[in-house]
Amino acid sequence: MATTHASSTPEKLLWKGGIQPMKVGYGKLMMWIFLLSDTFTFSALLISYGLVRFSFPGFKDLNPGKSFSDFTFSQDWWPIPERVFEAVPFLHGVSAPLVFVGIMTFILIFSSVTMVLAVEAGHRRDKADVEKWMLWTILGGFTFLGSQAWEWSHFIHGTGGGGANLVYNEYGPAAFADFFFFITGFHGTHVLSGVVLNVLIFYNTVNGVYEKRGHYEMIEKVGLYWHFVDLVWVFVFTFFYLV
Amino acid sequence: MASHIENNSGEIAKPQTAHLWKVFFILLAVTVLEFIIAFTISADTEVGKWFKISIFIILTFVKCFYIVGTFMHLKEEVKSLIWTVVLPVIFVVWFLIALVLLEGEYIGTVR
Repeated sequence: MATTHASSTPEKLLWKGGIQPMKVGYGKLMMWIFLLSDTFTFSALLISYGLVRFSFPGFKDLNPGKSFSDFTFSQDWWPIPERVFEAVPFLHGVSAPLVFVGIMTFILIFSSVTMVLAVEAGHRRDKADVEKWMLWTILGGFTFLGSQAWEWSHFIHGTGGGGANLVYNEYGPAAFADFFFFITGFHGTHVLSGVVLNVLIFYNTVNGVYEKRGHYEMIEKVGLYWHFVDLVWVFVFTFFYLV
Repeated sequence: MASHIENNSGEIAKPQTAHLWKVFFILLAVTVLEFIIAFTISADTEVGKWFKISIFIILTFVKCFYIVGTFMHLKEEVKSLIWTVVLPVIFVVWFLIALVLLEGEYIGTVR
């Protein structure tokens, strides 16, 4: 069967393999480009949060001479996050500012290190180790999602002042809750997709798909995505909870 | 367990993970430091407020450097890939600074 592939592309413009551009596989390069575009999306959300936040008066602007320790919630000024997020599961009524969000940060950083350990095991083609570390990563992902569900639920139900929805919240101007739902919600959606991808590659690893393929590059690609999700949380943590 | 053995055709190298755990503990330490700053320095004075905001932003970029550099292995990639990723991010930061410095006042008056 002598079939000839007549291509309209001139011979000199055809790339016939050889060294890969930027010395990474196509999928990995495209993952970087995708993450870059996702960076723009999250930057847009956080930049608009910052501009809207500083266009509202703060507590001290309307109460000159008072200290932040006298802070109370009002619709007139932007709330300070450590007074909004001070509840911890099983510790009802105890004021523990930012402790729960600190635990969530720890969970995500921990699942990031287990992910990179899975990538490292993939480089050594150690199937059992990849499985072990992927399971830890998946566990971390589910724990984070559960924590965020609790955080949302507590935020929505509130502490007796009417809770929060998109048009009203007991903590401050409506835009505060809107940004909370959009930014942490968009991040949570990313975590959810990350967990789905992690489960998928765990399933493939167990079935020996990557062993047959001869390399574990898929773990690396999904790993890039998972670390990015962790990275976004680092920024959300700073700009939403700390500043 | 037996099913695992048949896949181990070649010698499996020993894990080299010390530098990864080191980065994990650095990230943890920086986060703990942020907590300490958040609760020990008062934001009541202008100086305290802006000191806190700037130190938080700096520490965030420190964490960013470790996550992207070591966990995402960007430090080990070729220079052109590093710049492909870093340069657009620098433009975003530039955009943000320009927006706040040049347009910040105006946005504040029209909102």
